[in-house]
Amino acid sequence: MTTVAPPVEDLLRELAPQVLGALVRRYGDFDSAEDAVQEALLAAAVQWPEEGLPANPRGWLVTVASRRLTDQWRSDSARRRREATAAALVPPDEALAPSPGDQRPAGQDDTLTLLFLCCHPALSPASQLALTLRAVGGLTTAQIARAFLVPEATMAQRISRAKQRIKATGIPFSMPPEQERRDRLAVVLQVLYLIFNEGYTASSGPALQRAELTGEAIRLARAVHRLLPDDGEVAGLLALMLLTDARRRARTRPDGALVPLAEQDRDRWDRASIEEGVALITDTLVRAPLGPYQLQAAIAAVHAEAPRAEDTDWPQILALYQVLERVAPNPMVTLNHAVALAMVRGPGAGLELLATLEGDDRLAGHHRLDAVRAHLLEMAGDHAAARASYRLAARRTTSLPERRYLQARAARLADGAGRDPGAGAGVTRGGPAP
Amino acid sequence: MGAGTVWGEAMKYMLLIYQNQATQQALSEDPDGVVAEVDAIIEELTGSGEWVGGEALADASQSRTVKVRGGVPAVTDGPFVEAKEHLAGYCLVECETLERALEIAARWPDARYCAMEVRPLMEPAGMEM
Repeated sequence: MTTVAPPVEDLLRELAPQVLGALVRRYGDFDSAEDAVQEALLAAAVQWPEEGLPANPRGWLVTVASRRLTDQWRSDSARRRREATAAALVPPDEALAPSPGDQRPAGQDDTLTLLFLCCHPALSPASQLALTLRAVGGLTTAQIARAFLVPEATMAQRISRAKQRIKATGIPFSMPPEQERRDRLAVVLQVLYLIFNEGYTASSGPALQRAELTGEAIRLARAVHRLLPDDGEVAGLLALMLLTDARRRARTRPDGALVPLAEQDRDRWDRASIEEGVALITDTLVRAPLGPYQLQAAIAAVHAEAPRAEDTDWPQILALYQVLERVAPNPMVTLNHAVALAMVRGPGAGLELLATLEGDDRLAGHHRLDAVRAHLLEMAGDHAAARASYRLAARRTTSLPERRYLQARAARLADGAGRDPGAGAGVTRGGPAP
Repeated sequence: MGAGTVWGEAMKYMLLIYQNQATQQALSEDPDGVVAEVDAIIEELTGSGEWVGGEALADASQSRTVKVRGGVPAVTDGPFVEAKEHLAGYCLVECETLERALEIAARWPDARYCAMEVRPLMEPAGMEM
């Protein structure tokens, strides 16, 4: 894909779910149709930059993908004989012209239907992510494998398995029934947020291409927001992604070291992203029923609007965490709540709230609990205990940059450096929604 | 994000295979059976998209240990001659939960004779704190 001019790639990625939707509606076989669309996308990625865009790019892709599909059916003798007969009955001329079903702006709706299919609860989260990126995002298996740091064969198998499962369980290509739609949409949003987080994790070296995932998650969230403009949680998720991604350039040093929120150079934050995110969440909060993504976006907006770390409106953030804790109780939310509490009422209050998490199995041995405790102990001036907690967190994290950051914090205290009152400020952005 | 235990995100685990006398005995009694057992697990994990890779190591007697003290390298045979257990190979899997990785380890034949060690891999990425 790196050899393809960006405008062509953007167009292909946008058309991918529409073309796939058209094929699945016409031929019914999601598994084979998905393969055929991938091949058509690859063919277009080679031909279009050389020969120029066809007059009707979408029609071109539908035609080429349909041919691949019928070719595949013809060559696939016994098991598919019946379908092959049906497919061969479609005259080439008809395949060239978009069918009536393809004409409607439902090409757009297909994106949502496909998302519901790829994020079906019968699939494992890893499969949901992989299939969504390929079938809806139009990424190649190689790109997805690189982004998730696994061999291409592993990713290919994961995608193929997901498609087999869709076939075996007979999951239809249609919008979920009205009464299920809310829960199913929650899974779609969760998958998009996981994709975003995979890409957002700061990194250096060969893993840099994971950043593609962040852009892809935002692009898909925008698409869902366009289709469901009245859904507050969809808007909230998009706002949260925009506000979080705005900090991208400031959150790592050139050598890959993590910079906590409180120490980030805010001039490096992306203002356009912040303005869009703030406007979106402000508008959404007044008109939609409250939900966890909106609350997290609101918290991110409060951080984004502070010119300096010390200007942060912590009482407002604390209030938002109190609501979030009621709407979506989750130990990660409590961790961040404890930090906000410490910033408003002092480290003692934060540590008290943290103590309520000690017996929580979901956090047992989790480095974030130790990291937050370390920050609060540092705020309280108990450097020896803070150092021990930083070291424990450093041993428990499975992230190299986080370990380096935590070891550095511990070393700083060992050197007898003065306390940093803003130390806890950065930990509020702890992780994804419940 | 290194938080696989909380959100069920897939994480990579290395399963370190340890062997001892009991393993040697089992291998000499029924080498084909052990190999077939391992092949079946690998095939299943490949099918599920969890298999990332793996290798077997040569016998511990073929190992050399290198130490540099005061700038002087010293090479000795074997890791520790008197050691009862040796690292014999590894598998790399990507699982949604630690429990799943432990389940795979428990099915590996070496778990019956000696031991499997399950350890998460460090990720090159992290969250700002």
